[in-house]
Amino acid sequence: MRVNLTVNGRPQQADDVWEGESLLYVLRERMGLPGSKNACEQGECGSCTVRLDGVPVCSCLVAAGQAEGREVVTVEGLAEFARRRAGDTASGVRGGADASLDAARRWQAGGTDSQTGENIELAPVQQAFIDAGAVQCGFCTPGLLVAADEMLEHNPDPTDEDIREALSGNLCRCTGYEKIMDAVRLAAARRSEGATT
Amino acid sequence: MDFLRPASWEEALAAKAEHPTAVPIAGGTDVMVEINFDHRRPDVLMDLGRIGDLTEWEVGEDSVRLGASVPYTRIMENLRTELPGLALASHTVASPQIRNRGGVGGNLGTASPAGDAHPALLAAGAEVEAESVRGTRRIPIDAFYTGVKRNSLEPDELIRAVHIRKAEGPQQFSKVGTRNAMVIAVCAFGLALHPGSRTVRTGIGSAAPTPIRATAAEEFLNAALEDGGFWENGKIVTPSAVKRFADLCSAACNPIDDVRGTADYRRHAVGVMARRTLTWTWESYRGARRTTEGAA
Repeated sequence: MRVNLTVNGRPQQADDVWEGESLLYVLRERMGLPGSKNACEQGECGSCTVRLDGVPVCSCLVAAGQAEGREVVTVEGLAEFARRRAGDTASGVRGGADASLDAARRWQAGGTDSQTGENIELAPVQQAFIDAGAVQCGFCTPGLLVAADEMLEHNPDPTDEDIREALSGNLCRCTGYEKIMDAVRLAAARRSEGATT
Repeated sequence: MDFLRPASWEEALAAKAEHPTAVPIAGGTDVMVEINFDHRRPDVLMDLGRIGDLTEWEVGEDSVRLGASVPYTRIMENLRTELPGLALASHTVASPQIRNRGGVGGNLGTASPAGDAHPALLAAGAEVEAESVRGTRRIPIDAFYTGVKRNSLEPDELIRAVHIRKAEGPQQFSKVGTRNAMVIAVCAFGLALHPGSRTVRTGIGSAAPTPIRATAAEEFLNAALEDGGFWENGKIVTPSAVKRFADLCSAACNPIDDVRGTADYRRHAVGVMARRTLTWTWESYRGARRTTEGAA
């Protein structure tokens, strides 16, 4: 079957999609967006987390056909998503990306390589993960970034409890979470600094 | 495999009548796991995600009509007052990502004895609104679960909503697992005080082939509370009565040994949770009573 959806602001179409196929498979294998990781395939690990119409979900548990006509943001589009959100906030509109088709068509990934994100500006939460040393093998990172970014969007000053709960569906087997906590605290602190200066 | 995308409830019913083996998919948090692991290859998958009213709820006089696909996140955020037990149970479901997709309709459809919503529904009192092209019926929650992962739905029926009695007293939910997130219950317990009818209702999860109520325990406690005038005098429930209640809750279980825990442990833990949830809810009832009397 054919599936039409918007991914990181761009209208996309996938053909010959198997009816039982997951959104994750479509993103990785058909659209060349391998940022969302495939691990447990049962919603346990969170490494496939994407935003579906703004809501963080495990893309391995969304049937591709269920994403028909919907908007998906993956880690590859996170920097642009965050940049646009910051612009929206400045102009008094809060939250998600511009949904108009026109805007979607104009959308261009920055940098030299739209897939790996080389040389493009990072989302604040991505920069914070690097600066705090919260990336080791990197496998859980995309899911954590999407989940952490969404939490900070509606909870800019989270307690440690808030962070732990928001990230409770994302497993990391390398760093032991402390660096990840540091990274999210850092992103929040930078944001509040930015807001007051 | 066919993938059906009904745009309305009527279309969905017609499709289910035509393809009784069609597997409905909403949040996908159970169905997709089975497909990903090749445990299930349905001929027909039917996406209910386009039917808007399944994600809506209405708060009525005595009950809440909860659309089958209302995500757990919405229940936690919006129905804590009306459905405190279910809101607590919802908060223990998996992770934010799963709670954003999964809902009570799927929990009922899957009918796993470990489903987190079941003890809360049993304790509060609920009816499942099932519909087919033949008509609508309301299935009392006590009659809904018929076996391990089996329910009383007919092949052409779909779950449209659940009607849950609004809380008229304190409710609690307790769940045993190895951490606070991403846990399938080792066992779980729900308890609701119903001061209007002067009854206590329970729900036990993961400790029998189906979710069950501990009816003998309820009957004992109802009689003990009535005989002692506890609903009026608001005294602390006698420790011996609490112990007897907990023992009867343990005795209601019919658990198995499995990877998550042993049958013995489950029986023991259900007794502990029964004692704790009764203590918590009764303390809260007494507190509310004192406040009301103080104001009067």
